[in-house]
Amino acid sequence: MTDKKTLFIDGLEVEFTNEPNLLEVIKKAGMSVPTLCYRPDLTQFGACRMCVVEVEGRGIQSSCTMPPENGLKIHLNTEKTRRIRKTVLELLLANHDKECLTCEKSGSCELQKYSEEYGVRKIRYPEKKKEEFFPIDNYNPSIVRDPNKCILCGACVRACSEFQGHSVLGFVNRGSNTRVEPMNGKHLSQVDCVFCGQCQTVCPTGALTIKSAIDEVWDKINDNTKKVVIQIAPAVRVALGEEFNIDAGENSIGKIYAAARRIGFDLVFDTNFSADLTIMEEANEFIERLSKGGVLPLFTSCCPAWVRYLETQHPDMLKHLSSCKSPQGMLSPVVKEFLPKYYEGYKKEDIVVVSVMPCTAKKYEAVREQLLGETDFVLTTKEFARMIKMAGINFKALKEEKANSPFGQYSGAATIFGASGGVAEAAVRTAYNMVTGEELSNVDIKTMRGVDADSRTKDTVVDIKGTKVKVRVVSTLKEAEKSLKEIKSGTSDFQILEVMACPGGCVNGGGQPISCSDSSIKEKRAEGLYKEDENLELRKSHQNPDIKKLYAECLEGKPGSHTAHKLLHTTYTDKFTNSYKDLK
Amino acid sequence: MSVENPQKIDTSRLDEILEECGSKKSNLIAILQKIQEIYRYLPEEAMTYIGTKIEDLSPATVFGVATFYAQFSLEPKGKYEIKVCDGTACHVRGSMPVLNAIKSRLDLTDGKMTSKDGLFSLETVSCLGACGLAPVVVINEKVYPQMTSDAIKIVIDTLLKEER
Repeated sequence: MTDKKTLFIDGLEVEFTNEPNLLEVIKKAGMSVPTLCYRPDLTQFGACRMCVVEVEGRGIQSSCTMPPENGLKIHLNTEKTRRIRKTVLELLLANHDKECLTCEKSGSCELQKYSEEYGVRKIRYPEKKKEEFFPIDNYNPSIVRDPNKCILCGACVRACSEFQGHSVLGFVNRGSNTRVEPMNGKHLSQVDCVFCGQCQTVCPTGALTIKSAIDEVWDKINDNTKKVVIQIAPAVRVALGEEFNIDAGENSIGKIYAAARRIGFDLVFDTNFSADLTIMEEANEFIERLSKGGVLPLFTSCCPAWVRYLETQHPDMLKHLSSCKSPQGMLSPVVKEFLPKYYEGYKKEDIVVVSVMPCTAKKYEAVREQLLGETDFVLTTKEFARMIKMAGINFKALKEEKANSPFGQYSGAATIFGASGGVAEAAVRTAYNMVTGEELSNVDIKTMRGVDADSRTKDTVVDIKGTKVKVRVVSTLKEAEKSLKEIKSGTSDFQILEVMACPGGCVNGGGQPISCSDSSIKEKRAEGLYKEDENLELRKSHQNPDIKKLYAECLEGKPGSHTAHKLLHTTYTDKFTNSYKDLK
Repeated sequence: MSVENPQKIDTSRLDEILEECGSKKSNLIAILQKIQEIYRYLPEEAMTYIGTKIEDLSPATVFGVATFYAQFSLEPKGKYEIKVCDGTACHVRGSMPVLNAIKSRLDLTDGKMTSKDGLFSLETVSCLGACGLAPVVVINEKVYPQMTSDAIKIVIDTLLKEER
């Protein structure tokens, strides 16, 4: 039996199985070639020509597009490949603004990294002049697009189309005039961008970056008249450490609380607390709809990109969307309304709520007209890590601390919100109790889990004492669109639809540390969340004593009460923006 | 690159085109050609409309195709479409002075290749296959061989006179 397939990399015999291309074989063998456009979760594009290798008998080939073959002899670093790569870099830099020192991506830019590695010191080609530069698109709350740093690798175009099925970014013009732009040179805010930020996570340069709120937050911290409180989202705890050489998936929430206090935040709360609160309200809403014949399937509303997608593309489906605010959206008004009750010296108008989110769309959520003024500033995981660095904190050496009460305690159901399927799983744990009055004994609903590319649509039937409820879990809007089609055509059979716009959910959100070159990072982060859930004593939202306390002392005792509705629920608007609607 | 929209877009007409060509991604170029036939250019609204209607397409993708091919225009073409051949033969025989003469006569610039009155639009094309007649200009299917800057001005003035 000689099923074993091998090829030779620089003389070394390497085995391969079903790797899609040479680049993956090279990576598996522990070697590397540079690449700017290759992203394992996206289609192969072969645009940048950095990953070229010399294949005996075939000449120069791009390793990201060439499939492995038995017996191939390839050479990674020859005089020729080095020369090609250096020329590619020079050509890219000739068209680049080269403002590295003041660039948002400085330090994590792949173009900068390779230019340094290949020792590019001089550019032999005529360079682009200042007057040929394009204006920067800075007109939305989440993402900054700087075309002068774009290298046309097409990663953002692929991410937008392959994850969100939506393609608000596309290639424009041809040849040396090619650019990446939204339709007809518009701003991202003028097209139906949902601000998920996935384009920005795959961008190798500073062409797409997160719009920073760091300066504004420092200003508030330095303002003695303000009480600045912070909330930390579920998915942040298993990813932020990566910025400080801590392994992906390792839970560093205790250190994050500590870092927030060292930075100068007055009180530290956890969005996990309000994730539990969301479950109470959402499970209650679902049961009401189920028992009273309301609109089903119920859509989860935690993901602001998904909410915006429905508002702009399918306003007729908004009636399915849960009226619950997201965990971020719930905690901020609760903090502002009730904190003065528990802390002396806190006045509603002096409280500034800052949230740390794995998400760029949360910045947009915070300025939605319905929610404006509740969450004051949204920082992404990456921005918060930067603040920790700016404050000179040795993050790894921090002693773990706890969040402040009364909005700090959380259940395992809340922590898994950060992975695709987590909201649905958490909701089922509590809905079971609300319907039957009994506790669900086996809380691990494994069929709802999984964040890899093959688990973007997951169906699970849950038996609530004879009532069968079919739950569908979806990540990416491209997959969500398929479920919407089923509903519109009347062929759907599920009662709950959980949608997260980012592939794999918030662990892989647009605000997380860059992980696009390794698909397994999001899986490790999700594992970290499920591990915390498993190790917590409290694993169901309704068992969280702080939640019970909040309902008893502030929210008229039960979910769906008048005060709960006022603070924890929201409305949506028809934003069908495609201009043809107004044409007739 | 905003484009004024002098004609109101009739979506039912676009629906007819989609019906006729087949509302499929692979038929996009044919669909865009039909639209351009009607409006003499590709109005932004029309591109948005079909980008939203056809599965797996988006307005940005349609716009990408429209800007990739020289045959598509994003501004209304004139009643007289002037094509100046800039193939190798025409180029060496002086097509550029001819082009510049037209531009100065009709007050056109690189970003604005349709005259203010909407009568003339100008574009360069690669080889028309009439190298023996170089430099060649074609106005609405009519071929004008061996053009010079003076000759083309006379041609344009004659057309202008006819229009008055």
